[in-house]
Amino acid sequence: MTTRRQFLKASAAVGGGLALEFSVAAPVLAQAAPGATEVTHWLVIHPDDRVVIRIARSEMGQGSLTGLAQLVAEELECDWARVSTEFASPNEHVKRKRIWGSMSTGGSAGIRTSHEYLRKSGASAREMLVSAAASGWNVPVAECTVANGVVTHGPSKRTTSYGKVAAAAAKVDAPKDPKLKDPKDWKIAGKSPKRLDTPDKVVGKPVFGVDVQLPGMLHASIVQSPVFLGKVKSVDSAAAEKMRGVKGVVKQERFVAVVADNWWRANQAAKQLKVEWDEGANGKVTTDSIFASFREGLDAKDLPTARAMGDAKAAMATAAKVVEAEYGSPYLSHATMEPMTATAWFKDDGTLEVWTSTQNGEASIAAASEASGLPLEKCEVHKMMLGGGFGRRGAPQDYVTQSVQIAKQFPGKPVKLMWSREEDMQHGFYRPASLVRMKAGLDSSGTVVALHTVVACPSILALLRPEGIQKGIDFTAVRTLSDTTYTIPNQLVEYAMRNPHVPVGFWRAPGLQNAFYRECFVDELAHAAGKDPLEYRLQMLKPDDKNRLVLEAVAKAAKWGSPLPKGVYRGIAQSDGFGSFTAMVSEVSVVDGNIKVHKVYSAIDSGYVVHPDACRAQAEGNVIFCIGQLYQGHTLKDGRIAESNFHDFQLPKMTEMPKVETILVPTGGFWGGHGEPGALCVAPSVLNAVFAATGKRVRNLPLKDGKLA
Amino acid sequence: MKLNVNGRVHDVDVEPEMPLLWVLRDELKMHGTKYGCGVAQCGACTVHIDGAPARACVTPASSVGNKKVVTIEGLGQKGLHRVQQAWIEHEVPQCGYCQAGMIMAVASLLEKTPKPSDTQIDEAVSNLCRCGTYGRVRKAIHALAGMKVAEAEPVLLPNGQKA
Repeated sequence: MTTRRQFLKASAAVGGGLALEFSVAAPVLAQAAPGATEVTHWLVIHPDDRVVIRIARSEMGQGSLTGLAQLVAEELECDWARVSTEFASPNEHVKRKRIWGSMSTGGSAGIRTSHEYLRKSGASAREMLVSAAASGWNVPVAECTVANGVVTHGPSKRTTSYGKVAAAAAKVDAPKDPKLKDPKDWKIAGKSPKRLDTPDKVVGKPVFGVDVQLPGMLHASIVQSPVFLGKVKSVDSAAAEKMRGVKGVVKQERFVAVVADNWWRANQAAKQLKVEWDEGANGKVTTDSIFASFREGLDAKDLPTARAMGDAKAAMATAAKVVEAEYGSPYLSHATMEPMTATAWFKDDGTLEVWTSTQNGEASIAAASEASGLPLEKCEVHKMMLGGGFGRRGAPQDYVTQSVQIAKQFPGKPVKLMWSREEDMQHGFYRPASLVRMKAGLDSSGTVVALHTVVACPSILALLRPEGIQKGIDFTAVRTLSDTTYTIPNQLVEYAMRNPHVPVGFWRAPGLQNAFYRECFVDELAHAAGKDPLEYRLQMLKPDDKNRLVLEAVAKAAKWGSPLPKGVYRGIAQSDGFGSFTAMVSEVSVVDGNIKVHKVYSAIDSGYVVHPDACRAQAEGNVIFCIGQLYQGHTLKDGRIAESNFHDFQLPKMTEMPKVETILVPTGGFWGGHGEPGALCVAPSVLNAVFAATGKRVRNLPLKDGKLA
Repeated sequence: MKLNVNGRVHDVDVEPEMPLLWVLRDELKMHGTKYGCGVAQCGACTVHIDGAPARACVTPASSVGNKKVVTIEGLGQKGLHRVQQAWIEHEVPQCGYCQAGMIMAVASLLEKTPKPSDTQIDEAVSNLCRCGTYGRVRKAIHALAGMKVAEAEPVLLPNGQKA
């Protein structure tokens, strides 16, 4: 038996057919369907030639459900019109010793960390299918060709289809090293077929985590300690328990939940709970006290070093000019449109099933196992569609744990837990707030000779993956600052880990705030040196640096230096990240302190592009997601998050969406991501344009009332 | 009480103040209409009541009376509604969670204003989309209004040639 710890370790190393009521799709695995054959573990072929491709990662809007299937189908040489997908079952995954690899869907890594084994699986299956067809005809494999799922024997012109030979093919030994296509010969990958998940999504059909419907299902609403890490001291649930439809109140160490026959009833009753909390020592924490600890960190001695090149302090001492600035960012919610949710069901046969929106099926099943005390083999997780993820539904599986704890009190009955928006906003794993001090030494020509950066930032890894911390450095807290390719000879980056009680987590492009700091500070240096911000950057990038190529591509697309309409100004930024290289130009105007982003040019080199339209969609989404950073920010008061819903933590609206021109410049030879890289340059390119427009340098976000003071 | 949803009358036994959203989702088990905020901020719960867009999360069931409720499941009475078709054509959805509400808001807008200005679009479509599909929402509306829609930019090689 695999222990949870072994399983978690293994799954972290790389980065059922039910009687359902109404219209809920029953996730019957394709291999269970009569006549269907599992040719390789990634694909199942039906006798009528339908191909079902297994997806181990999650679909949260990024489109990799389609992209991953394209890569398999490309090598398989099947008919794309006959392709559908199914999520690989985490329970099967456990039983088959992690045969589908990582299920983690984050770090823009779904495609870039699985393309090779997926393509090989498709290619293996193709070779096996052709071999089976050739054997059937008793002809050499070399005389057979394949296209669109049809195998043809050249000399005799006989044909057969994948569906007819699949059963025989499954018995053929899989080739050890199947040959992969050169991406320039791709016919399915590299194109933008209609996304497989779109048709359902326009008619309200997909089953998101919150939409799970099971026989006799109950609904739960939860109340958690307003002060993080607080514990339940006492609960008076008398009033709640008398309310219509209420089936029970579940009290745990850190939360109280009301279970009813309808979520609204559960939530109304939850509002009537009188809970006394033991807030612990954190009841006085405020935004100011947190930033005071960051500031103390900036001045601390003997900090861990994230990068040391040359002698920054000595070079600084002899520099012709020294520029220094402090930048800061707030805590941010993921604010997925679908709140945290999971449904758990302790079945009469001693097994546990969980349905949830998860970015990592393995993390979910591990959480279910731990919370239930059942071995992994007795747990199953059904991966539902995600109403957004952005990092919230990956490493922390708090809502799965809670749903299991709640359902445990209702054996034999499925219980669906859904958090209210208020709970969701006030109990996140937030993008860390941070404070950074940067000091640069310029020589008499304006060239940067020394850069000293100190980062004060909570550690995501300390909370969620402590084994990832090396020599006191959490790379997610210092990246972009500690790994810049700017050719600055003397660099020192130090990290002051300061961990207030506010939970932090992976938020779209973890470390994103550092791109804001670095690229705005470089803009400051360009102005201090009297240089054009594009030229200044190019001078600091080696000729073969791909950051330089995207910077040149974006400058060309945006016609950098050309006249703009009156009142419109440009800003530029560049950064690599998540395997890709990106650069951005934003065109912005500022009127009465109101910032309007008109157009954004987003250039990205991801090596290869599997679905260009989905990549453009990610670029567009990243832009507007990040424009929200201008005015979004949580405040801590009395140890708790002050904001509670979309009225005080606002999301960008239709009217704020700029035109986005995506410039895909794939240079080949590597595989980069798309879900997050396009986020990196939004804040800095916009704020550099704001400086160009007004001469005002924004170093701290959010802007008060969303306006430039 | 009786509720007319998508042309069918349902008998439901609920508190008068229960929001229509929860009657749809937890009593009638129609899950296309989504909960996002519960306070009429996000629009994920947008339905039509007698043809007008309404936020079901703040609409007491008892206030509906004899009015006709249409949800995303009933929008396209015969196959797909043209807004749904345009959504597929322009690949609008990402995660898709907000899209039912978004589509209901747009269908209602175009019913009243077949050729909306951008300002009218901004005012009528106040729905929140965290994935950021707004550009494609606007593009699809423009296409439905018979306006010119820009084509996607090609994939370029660094030398500027099309891939």
